[in-house]
Amino acid sequence: MSISKQDVEHVANLARLELTDAEKEQFAEQLSAILKYAEQLSELNTDGIEPTSHPMPLLNVMREDEARPSWPLEEVLKNAPDEEDGQFKVPAVLE
Amino acid sequence: MTATETKYETVIGLEVHVELHTKSKIFCGCATSFGAPPNTHTCPVCLGHPGVLPVLNRQAVEYAMKAAMALNCEIAEHTKFDRKNYFYPDSPKAYQISQYDKPIGARGYIDIEVNGETKRIGITRVHLEEDAGKLTHVDGGSVSLVDLNRCGTPLIEIVSEPDLRSPEEARLYLEKLRAIMLYCDVSDVKMEEGSLRCDANISLRPRGQQEFGTKTELKNMNSFRGVQKGLEYEEWRQADVLDSGGRIVQETRRWDEAQGKTISMRSKEEAHDYRYFPDPDLVSLHTDKAWTDRVKAGIPELPDARKARYTSEYGLPGYDAEVITASKKLADLFEDSLKSTKDAKAVSNWIMGDLLGYLNANNLELDDVKLSGAALGAMIGLIEQGTISNKIAKTVFKTMLETGKSPQQIVEEQGLVQISDEGAIKEVVARIVANNPQSVADYKAGKEKAIGFLVGQVMKETKGKANPGLVNQLLIEVLKAQ
Amino acid sequence: MSVFDLTLQDIHSKLRNKELTVTDLVDASYRRIADVDGRIGAFLALDEENARRTAQQLDKQLGTDEPRGLLFGLPAGLKDNIVTAGLATTCASKFLSNYDPIYDATVVRKLRDAQAVTVGKLNMDEFAMGGSGENSAVKPTRNPWHPDHVPGGSSSGSAAAVAAGEVYFALGSDTGGSIRQPASYCGIVGMKPTYGLVSRFGLVAFASSLDQIGPLTKNVEDCAYVLQSIVGHDPQDSTSLNVTDIPDYLSALTGDIQGLRVALPKEYMGEGIDPRVKERVLEAIRVLESLGAVVEEVSLPHTEYAVAAYYLLASSEASSNLARYDGVRYGVRTDNAGNLLDVYRYSRSEGFGPEVKRRIMLGTYALSSGYYDAYYLKAQKVRTLIKRDFDNVFANYDVVVGPTAPTPAFKLGEQVGDPLTMYLNDILTIPVNLAGIPAISVPCGFADGLPVGLQVIGKALNESTVLRVAHAFERSTDHHKQRPQLKA
Repeated sequence: MSISKQDVEHVANLARLELTDAEKEQFAEQLSAILKYAEQLSELNTDGIEPTSHPMPLLNVMREDEARPSWPLEEVLKNAPDEEDGQFKVPAVLE
Repeated sequence: MTATETKYETVIGLEVHVELHTKSKIFCGCATSFGAPPNTHTCPVCLGHPGVLPVLNRQAVEYAMKAAMALNCEIAEHTKFDRKNYFYPDSPKAYQISQYDKPIGARGYIDIEVNGETKRIGITRVHLEEDAGKLTHVDGGSVSLVDLNRCGTPLIEIVSEPDLRSPEEARLYLEKLRAIMLYCDVSDVKMEEGSLRCDANISLRPRGQQEFGTKTELKNMNSFRGVQKGLEYEEWRQADVLDSGGRIVQETRRWDEAQGKTISMRSKEEAHDYRYFPDPDLVSLHTDKAWTDRVKAGIPELPDARKARYTSEYGLPGYDAEVITASKKLADLFEDSLKSTKDAKAVSNWIMGDLLGYLNANNLELDDVKLSGAALGAMIGLIEQGTISNKIAKTVFKTMLETGKSPQQIVEEQGLVQISDEGAIKEVVARIVANNPQSVADYKAGKEKAIGFLVGQVMKETKGKANPGLVNQLLIEVLKAQ
Repeated sequence: MSVFDLTLQDIHSKLRNKELTVTDLVDASYRRIADVDGRIGAFLALDEENARRTAQQLDKQLGTDEPRGLLFGLPAGLKDNIVTAGLATTCASKFLSNYDPIYDATVVRKLRDAQAVTVGKLNMDEFAMGGSGENSAVKPTRNPWHPDHVPGGSSSGSAAAVAAGEVYFALGSDTGGSIRQPASYCGIVGMKPTYGLVSRFGLVAFASSLDQIGPLTKNVEDCAYVLQSIVGHDPQDSTSLNVTDIPDYLSALTGDIQGLRVALPKEYMGEGIDPRVKERVLEAIRVLESLGAVVEEVSLPHTEYAVAAYYLLASSEASSNLARYDGVRYGVRTDNAGNLLDVYRYSRSEGFGPEVKRRIMLGTYALSSGYYDAYYLKAQKVRTLIKRDFDNVFANYDVVVGPTAPTPAFKLGEQVGDPLTMYLNDILTIPVNLAGIPAISVPCGFADGLPVGLQVIGKALNESTVLRVAHAFERSTDHHKQRPQLKA
């Protein structure tokens, strides 16, 4: 599997990363090497093998529907890079 | 629109989001809320702080199961939660916890009544997920403010098959869906408050054609009427494009209520790639029979079943039964009333006439008035006993709605007890006959209608309290005797 | 000799007899930090005021009959991905450099209940991604045994701080070896418990299905004490195990391993393992045999696939776990933002280092449309095969042993720029995370002055046996008593 610069750009866009040209080239090369290495997995026959998404088999972990107090607003906004009227402030989606 | 009706067939599918009215959010203990000051119902978990973990609310799961069962879905024996990855300021983790390939419910249906016939609309799936926060655009749209109070409210998404064939059917489907949710008591389903939200897919195809036409997705409809109107507009627009030899562009369009048209959202349609994968912070759910049975037991008799029972058991006309069962509260009121009176049709008449008329005229919900079934039944009982007349009852009923007082109390306080004392009425009748020689002459000349005027005069004199049947009878006696 | 070279029981008895105060212990910690940390670089933040206040409170308790916590008065360091309310938690990332947490991790509460004293936050590879400590955005940590060498990672500061005697113990996190490998490189004990035994609530997620918090200590006994204090079901972590009868780990330290069945996987002693490391491990095995254990060679046939499966799974989960760092609610927002997309793209690019970006890229790619089955799903299936390998061996054996890492600590800068080679360092630790089972690294000697670690792997929830074997071995050797020569 070889990763092109275009692939890198597409993935970087999905991941919301702004990469320099040098980074794009480096990642194209390194990701290609890693994915080539990962291709060895295809040697293994995994037909009928269940995927493991959890190492321990837990089921039906739930909490009861009880409301507890929320956090004070000043704590909620303490780390906000920008805020206005008790809300997190961000530039508009486009423009 | 006639062109559409003849030339094209409309195909509509709906995606409906319903907020479940749990006490706390789906993955944390913050209270669910509507209208609280921004960000006052948040915590590290629903703010997506580093290191936090979700813990699933059992009630949310059970509400989702209940809703799915009421929509005739099969409940998945094994289900799980997946992450839907996308960046947006209303989504603090930059992924939404949802269900991808194993929704909690699938393959259900809703029956709707179209022109007197029952039509079955398929439901593809019902899945459980978390709601996003709310963005407000300020400073002329250059800035957005983020309120995460709503973030983490449990939602179910109900996806219909493309079985709807007209905007009206879409509205009927929504009304039925809303009724079922209210019956199950899983949501407030108020479109104005956003606890029910609806997106629609609509396409046209030449009649007789099998494959679907290109669809557009319609958003931003804020009422059931808005859904119907938006779809009607889009139906017309697509027909117009096709008629003029154009092609429908697959896109998302926004219904603009004020302008009465749909507008292309023209967002840079970046191909969505949500990179779904099972959320490793949550474990799978296994819904065994004991659990589903227990949840199922909590589902009350649903509108269709009630409707059938009202026509067979109480002999209500189909239309009455449909209107009354459309709302669980109305249907409950109907049945409660019948504990105090046997006259189902009378109860139905009062509900469909005076009650709904009053609510509509004053833009109220049933909850806004203090009317119990016992009170309505008692009032009908007073009419049956001849204590009040039908006419007086109308006044009494209005007072009941306005004050929540019992009919007996109102009748007593306002001295509205019907006069059924023959002697007292006879006296008034004699006076009215004596004072209205012209009407008496008219009556004798064969103008039967003249008696109506005389009855009216007697009622006026008695301030409406005279038993109208008795008045009529005594008048005729007196007139004949003359 | 440092006061931290005393055993835990000796410290507690001296505290009881008022030969020592908690303030003395905290003093010793800060003094040592002041003396050596400029050269080691283990700490990112100190919490001196709070620590001294806590020490004074604990000292007041000394004269009373009030029951004392298991870790009473012991100065502890926390890896900087463990969230501490009011104390900066940065994951050694520029993005979180200004993050002021508003809640405590469950383990932080547990340490407080056990009456340990947190002295500060420890350096690490950024967001726990890396195996050398060089991926810290703040500074690299150096190996106390040799300043030119890395301490291992990602719990680089945790291992170095314990080895350098700056704290009595530390907590780290282990996703693919991040406790055990630095413990091995720094000549101390490090344990990754069974997945779900220690709550992950408040551990900044790297790969949720693999992450686990665990102790780094100078010896196995201390490890048992710390483990005992941090385990237990947490209703705030859905993946936390509801174990009703947590064993008494201390009582497992009997020294008796007579007849114990020990498996040595041939894959753990094959090509790519430094001969000096192999030699130390074989010596260790002879010690175990001399104690009555039966050691036999076995096969874990899917070992060679573990690294590939791990990097796909861990990076995929990480790509999603790290998406929340968007500059909207906390963290460092870029100054170059004209619109929302810029806030995202520049904040993230400026805030994350190269290794973090690389893994986000890899994970995003592996999950993206069209590749999910080939990469993520396939890796999950291989994970099942690796788990089965262990199940098969544990049907006949009590523990699996082998080296913790293929080599001793390498030099700073030696493997930078070659991510794949760096990833392959984890081949002996990764399978354990994939299987969710417990493992410990215990010092087993030196190679040219650098420590080598013996790894002991056990069945799920069988920490007791793992500790028992490690302790019996430790008792028969004196590797754990060696201290790096760090002149003050």
